Amino acid sequence: MRPKIPALTSLLVVAAVLVILPFILSDYNISLAAQVGIFFIAVLGLNILTGYTGQISIGHGAFMAIGGYTTAVMSRDHGTNLVVTMLMAFAICFVVGLLVGLPALRLSGVYLALVTFALAVSVPYIPLQYSTFLGGSGGVNVRDSQIPSNLWVYKAAWTSSAILFVLAWLILRGRVGRAFRAIRDSEIAAVSSGVELPVYKTLAFGISAAYAGVAGSLFVLALNGFAQPSEFDVFLSLQILVGAAVAGLGSLWGILVGAAFVGLLPQVSSSVPVIGAQHGRDVVFGAAVILIMLLLPDGFAGLLARIRRLGSA
Amino acid sequence: MTALLELEDVEARYGPVHVLHGISLAVEEGSVVTVLGPNGAGKTTTLRAISGTVRRSGSIRFGGNALKRLGPDGVARLGIAHVPEGRGTFSELTVWENLRLGGYTRRGSIRPELERVFSYFPFLSERRRQQAGTLSGGEQQMLALARAFVLRPRLLLLDEPSLGLAPVLVAELFRIVRELNEKEGLTVLVVEQNAHLALQAADAGYVLEAGHVVLSGSSEELRADDSVRRSYLGY
Amino acid sequence: MVSAATSRLEGVRGGSIDPGTVTVVLFLLGGAVFLLIGCLRSTTFAQLTIEGLAIGSVYGSLALALVLVYRATHVINFAQGELAMFTTYIAWDLMQHGLSYWPAFAATLAIAFALGTVLQVTLIRPVQHRSVIAVVIVTVGLFILIDGVVNWIWGGDFKLMKSPFGLGSFDVGGVPIRHLYVGMMVVVFVSVVLVWALFRFTKLGLGMRAAALRPDAAALVGVRVDSMLAIGWGLAAVLGAVAGLMAEPTQLFLTPVLMQQILVYAFAAAVLGGLESPAGALVGGLTIGVSLNLIVGYVPEKYVGSNLQLPLAFAVLLVILLVKPSGLFGRREVRRV
Repeated sequence: MRPKIPALTSLLVVAAVLVILPFILSDYNISLAAQVGIFFIAVLGLNILTGYTGQISIGHGAFMAIGGYTTAVMSRDHGTNLVVTMLMAFAICFVVGLLVGLPALRLSGVYLALVTFALAVSVPYIPLQYSTFLGGSGGVNVRDSQIPSNLWVYKAAWTSSAILFVLAWLILRGRVGRAFRAIRDSEIAAVSSGVELPVYKTLAFGISAAYAGVAGSLFVLALNGFAQPSEFDVFLSLQILVGAAVAGLGSLWGILVGAAFVGLLPQVSSSVPVIGAQHGRDVVFGAAVILIMLLLPDGFAGLLARIRRLGSA
Repeated sequence: MTALLELEDVEARYGPVHVLHGISLAVEEGSVVTVLGPNGAGKTTTLRAISGTVRRSGSIRFGGNALKRLGPDGVARLGIAHVPEGRGTFSELTVWENLRLGGYTRRGSIRPELERVFSYFPFLSERRRQQAGTLSGGEQQMLALARAFVLRPRLLLLDEPSLGLAPVLVAELFRIVRELNEKEGLTVLVVEQNAHLALQAADAGYVLEAGHVVLSGSSEELRADDSVRRSYLGY
Repeated sequence: MVSAATSRLEGVRGGSIDPGTVTVVLFLLGGAVFLLIGCLRSTTFAQLTIEGLAIGSVYGSLALALVLVYRATHVINFAQGELAMFTTYIAWDLMQHGLSYWPAFAATLAIAFALGTVLQVTLIRPVQHRSVIAVVIVTVGLFILIDGVVNWIWGGDFKLMKSPFGLGSFDVGGVPIRHLYVGMMVVVFVSVVLVWALFRFTKLGLGMRAAALRPDAAALVGVRVDSMLAIGWGLAAVLGAVAGLMAEPTQLFLTPVLMQQILVYAFAAAVLGGLESPAGALVGGLTIGVSLNLIVGYVPEKYVGSNLQLPLAFAVLLVILLVKPSGLFGRREVRRV
């Protein structure tokens, strides 16, 4: 299945909406919209890995953590330009992703899910151990002078989303993308047609980790520049996975819906009257996830495809 | 006298591929009936249609009653024992556990059946604590047969019992099937490639080709039939 | 259920002995001897070892739950820990309503069983035949849902739960051994033995093993495979409940994060023992419990603090899966390309 080349119109619509939004939304809602943008990047990255090469990761929160801490530490120690830290996060996480991708080659399906889950749960403990450098439970702060406004984060998040989306599109339509798709459809067939499995699978891991890293940088910046272990708990990884599942495969709209789902639903559901309290959000979120998996197996993209088929029948 | 098992116009398919195109056959109680035919004729599918392992349409009557669309476990509880291709034994479990599973649907003691089984197959008693996987192919086939017997079935469905076995063992197997039929009154429907041995052990038979019944009759009639002789008996 | 282990013993008569297993058993015996000597020579060592064994039995119990589910349905239930936590809260709630500990314990196990079967039927059965990812996500959703429900019903604050074993200690040759640790090991041991007996000696257990091994063949002898799978989940939930109830006294308070770390240790234990081996899961749990406790106890804080236990467990998990994916006792290989 090829990535749907978004019709120019839908791209323009999205772009227009994104440009207009800051003018009509309150500051709080701008920060929510920024969250969606952040998850857009992370979900896009995971989509490349899971949707295109079929490798499951429940550990992308760990890459976000690495990216986030990169930004925080570089700012704290050197006052580096924030955008530069984002690029650094991209690069560092790309390398780490490659390193993770190597052993991942030898694992499949459930085992990979297990390992990445364990990774997600364990990574937050590393700053606790190496607290001098990584701030312990108190975390690491971006320099006061550098803490960005919600609007800045919104712009940075969506600009990055746009750039990374185009980048993903370029990668996926080329030889690399074809290799990825071949791998997803049948590893055995891919190998016999000359695709070097290890190279491409590892590459996919690197790319998706890099995306998560950038998302992590923005994530920390959205939190007033505060990088804390508690922010990168296992739920974060679960959210990204769920976002990718809801998104389904390959469509811009799918990923937008997926990102919106995980970015907004937890916030929105806290105002559900019956359940109310902050913890009600998880109930609604969890229930929604299960229902979606039961009812919409191909995610939102699959739903779109079905609607299109109905429309053209 | 109504037959114990009656198939009428049974069709079955695997996904889009139709394998049975309206099979009708009958098995009288207390008889041994064989189903012959080349590979891919639908012989195994016929048994699967009866035991509910594959979806089918058409009418199947067992003991005069319509056999509803039960899954294989429901069919087993009605007293139909299906020994599938590949025997369906549990190699990781012991011989004794395999036998005990045969009596899964039975309430009450299975001691009498076990004793009978051990008298037919003494080696099973000696090796009862061994993993079934350590038995040879022929021994596993005997085990499968024994296990089916423990179920105390009214009808035994046997799928290609001779597959992968040395001729001597196959002859022995059919001898035991015949003995079970005569001594214990077990009704048997056996699908076989080895037409010669099958027709020797059976009372009647059906020949299947490409999902249709092309010939039927008593085993003498079939043995005398020219086309059967040429295609399946080799002379 | 323990047919993997017992049948390897039977293999002595009927087939060849697996050399790998012999190596592992020898290695474990060596480890046990090492521990014994250490315990005799040092009080601290003995205490750390007992503590490690006690918490290791909790890991083992949850690992066993994971293995049960995996063997029956080939699914990793990522929500197994949260389910265990939920049932622990139920026990707490029952005790708030006046039940004393052991009746509450028993009632909780019954509720856990029911819950496990219901979850399998309603949530897992519909997606079982689909991809691995689909089922993983459903259990992930369940993880989130249960966490939310617990927070919603009981709140996230600290709850006090009376330990059934009190605070006393036995004196064994001058070494104080907490009643708690002994109690934990005994309860887990008894629960595991009961479940094992169910599998080994009852017709139901045989049916469950058959359904897990070869569902098609099992159906042909009349085993209701779907029901067996549901019961498997029920039993797994019971083992999880035991793990949760025994883990709680080791914490100061009952909080919703009770089982999150333990789940990772249980994963490591299950994989260490081989995902299809129940005996392996237990041994794995004990091994991890003891090893981690000794390491943290003896290695200076600045090199390996207690915060590194989880990353260490992750490392163990990773190494095992790379080096010997079938674990110490497992037979089948992880699919690789």
